[in-house]
Amino acid sequence: MSNVNDYKTEEQTDDKIDFVKIEQSEKFQRLMNDRKKFIVPLTIFFLVFYFMLPILTSYTTFLNTPAIGDISWVWLFAFAQFVMTWVLCTLYVKKAASFDRQTDEIIDEQINNKGGNS
Amino acid sequence: MNITYFLFFLCIIVCTLIITYWAAKQSKTTNQFYIAAGSLTGVQNGMAIAGDYISAASFLGIVGTVAINGFDGFLYAIGFLVSYLIVLFFIAEPIHRLGTYSLGDVICSRFPSYKMRWMMAIGAFIISILYMIPQLVAAGLLIRLLLDIDYSTSVLIIGSLMTIYVVFGGMFATSWVQIVKTVVLLSGTFLLSLIVFSHFDWSIAELISQVKLGTPLGDQFFMPGNLFGSPLETLSLHLALVLGTAGLPHILIRFLTVRNTLEVRRSLLTASWIIGIFYIITLVLGLGTVALIGYQELIAHDPTGNLAAPLLANELGGDFLMAFIAAISFTTIVAVVAGLVISATTAFSYDIYYHIIKKGQTTEKQQIRAAQWTAFVVGLISTLFALGLRNINVTFLVSLTFIVAASSNLPVLLFTIYWKRFTQTGAIIGMVCGLTASLTLLIFGPHIMNPNGGWIAREPFFPLHNPGIIAIPIGFLGAYLGSIFSNGPKSSNSDFRRFFIKAQTGIDTKEDIQ
Repeated sequence: MSNVNDYKTEEQTDDKIDFVKIEQSEKFQRLMNDRKKFIVPLTIFFLVFYFMLPILTSYTTFLNTPAIGDISWVWLFAFAQFVMTWVLCTLYVKKAASFDRQTDEIIDEQINNKGGNS
Repeated sequence: MNITYFLFFLCIIVCTLIITYWAAKQSKTTNQFYIAAGSLTGVQNGMAIAGDYISAASFLGIVGTVAINGFDGFLYAIGFLVSYLIVLFFIAEPIHRLGTYSLGDVICSRFPSYKMRWMMAIGAFIISILYMIPQLVAAGLLIRLLLDIDYSTSVLIIGSLMTIYVVFGGMFATSWVQIVKTVVLLSGTFLLSLIVFSHFDWSIAELISQVKLGTPLGDQFFMPGNLFGSPLETLSLHLALVLGTAGLPHILIRFLTVRNTLEVRRSLLTASWIIGIFYIITLVLGLGTVALIGYQELIAHDPTGNLAAPLLANELGGDFLMAFIAAISFTTIVAVVAGLVISATTAFSYDIYYHIIKKGQTTEKQQIRAAQWTAFVVGLISTLFALGLRNINVTFLVSLTFIVAASSNLPVLLFTIYWKRFTQTGAIIGMVCGLTASLTLLIFGPHIMNPNGGWIAREPFFPLHNPGIIAIPIGFLGAYLGSIFSNGPKSSNSDFRRFFIKAQTGIDTKEDIQ
C-alpha cells in the first residue's frame, strides 16, 4: 500500500502538474461541458419529478382516480419514482465510462508532456 | 426466551464475532482500520452502504407505517431512495478523489486549516451520535418486546457488540457485518413476502381486497393523506429526506473504502437496487400485515405498529419464522450502529486527535491505539445515554439527523466542490447556521414543546414537526452570504483551480500514486 496521506509527496508532485494548462485545455473544457450537459437536465428532471408527487398529493386529488383496474395513478407515480432512480443511476454509470476515458486522456497528456520536457 | 430464539441469536453473534476476529488480523494500519485499505469491490461496498443505511426504523417502522397509514407510509421510502441520485451525481466521486479517511479531508483539501477540520469533525460527530442514540433506544425497546428480556440488558448487548466490532475489526469488520446484514435482511424479507403472496394465490387483486377488509380506512387506505395532513409539513419532510443522505458522514465515508471511482459508481448502483427492492418488499409486508392480521390486532400489540413484521412472521410461520425475523431485526440494528460508531470514531481520533492535537506527528501504532480507545469511549457513552433515555421518546431524532445533515454538511460539501467564490468563512458560517437552525427549530417545535407530554409543556413557538424547509435554506444562505461578505485570500484562484481539477479528474491522488 502506498502511503496515501504523506503530505510532502503530494505537494512535490503537485508542482509538476501544470494546472493552468489543464484548465485551459480543450479536453478539460469538453469534459466539464459534457458532464454539465448530462447532469444538469437530469437533475432538474428528477427533482421536479420527485417533488411533483408530494405536491400533487397534498394539493390535488386527481391522482386518486383509478388507472389500471383498482390501482390508482398515485401508486403508478410512486412506483415510477423507483424506476426513475434505477434508470438514472444506470444511465449515469454507463455515461461515466466515457467521462473516465476523457479524464484518462487528460491525465495521460499531462504526464507524457512532462516526460517529454524533462 | 425459548430455544429457537436463543439459537438464532447465538448464530448471529458467533458469525459476526468470527468476522471481527478475521478482520482484527487485518486492522494493523490506519489505512486498514479507517477505510479497509480501500479493498472492497463496488458490489460489496454497495451492499455495505445498504446495510449502513437501512435501519431498524426503516425495516420495522415502514412496515408498520404502511400497515397503519397505507400509501403515506410508502411515501417515506421513496425519499430515502431518490436521495441516492444526488449522492451519485454530485458528491460521491469528488469525495473519493479528495478524501483520505474522513469528510474533514475533503473540505480541508480546499481550506486547509485546523478551524475547518474542527468544524467538520464536530458536525460528523454530532450527526453520528444523534443518529445512534435513537437507534439504540429503539433497539432496546424492540428486543425487549421480541425476546422478553430486560431493556438494559438488550441495550448492553447491542452496545457491547457494536463496540467490539469497531474496536477490534475497524472498517473491515463493520463493512462485512453490514454485508452479512444486507444478505440476511433481503433474503429473509423476500422469503416472507413470497409467503404473503402465496396466501393470496399470488394475486395482487386478492391481496388488495383483503387489505380493504383488514383496515378501518377502507378504500381510503390506498389514497394519500392519512399520515401527512399539512402540505407544508409533507414538503418539508421530503426536502429533508431527499437532501439528507448526501450529508450523512457514515454513508459518505463508505466511498473511501473502494479502489477507484468506477467502483464508487458501482457501489451506488448496487445500493440503489438493493434499497429500492427492499422498500418494495416492506410495502408487501405492510399490506400483508393488514390483510392477514388486521389493524385492530396490530394496534393491540403495539400502538406504534413497529411489531408488524414480527407479528406477520408469527402468523405465517409460527415461532420459528418469528425468531428468524427477530434475529434479522437484531442484525439490522447492530450493523447500523457499528457504522455510526466508526464514523464518530474517525471524526474524533483521525480529525481531532491525529490532525489537530498531534499535528500529524504520531506513529501508526499510536494512531491505531487512539482510534480503538475512541471507538471504545464512543460505544460506552452512547450505550450509557441509551440506558438513561429509556423512558423518553427519541425517535424524532432520526428524522432530525437528516435535517441536520442536509442543512450543515450538504451546503458546505456542494459549495466546496463546485463554487469558485466559496470561502472558509462561508463554510464555517454555513455549518454553524445549519446546525443551530435545525436544532433550535426542533427545540421550539412541537416535538419538544408540547402541552401534552412534551419535554417543555407549553405551546410550541414553531409549528412544524419537520423544520427542514426553513433550516435547509438557512444553511445554504449562511454559507452563501458568509462567502460573499468575507474577503478571501488573493491566491484562492490558483488554489481553487488545483482543487477543482483534482476533484473532477482525480489527477495525482490516490489511484495514480500507486
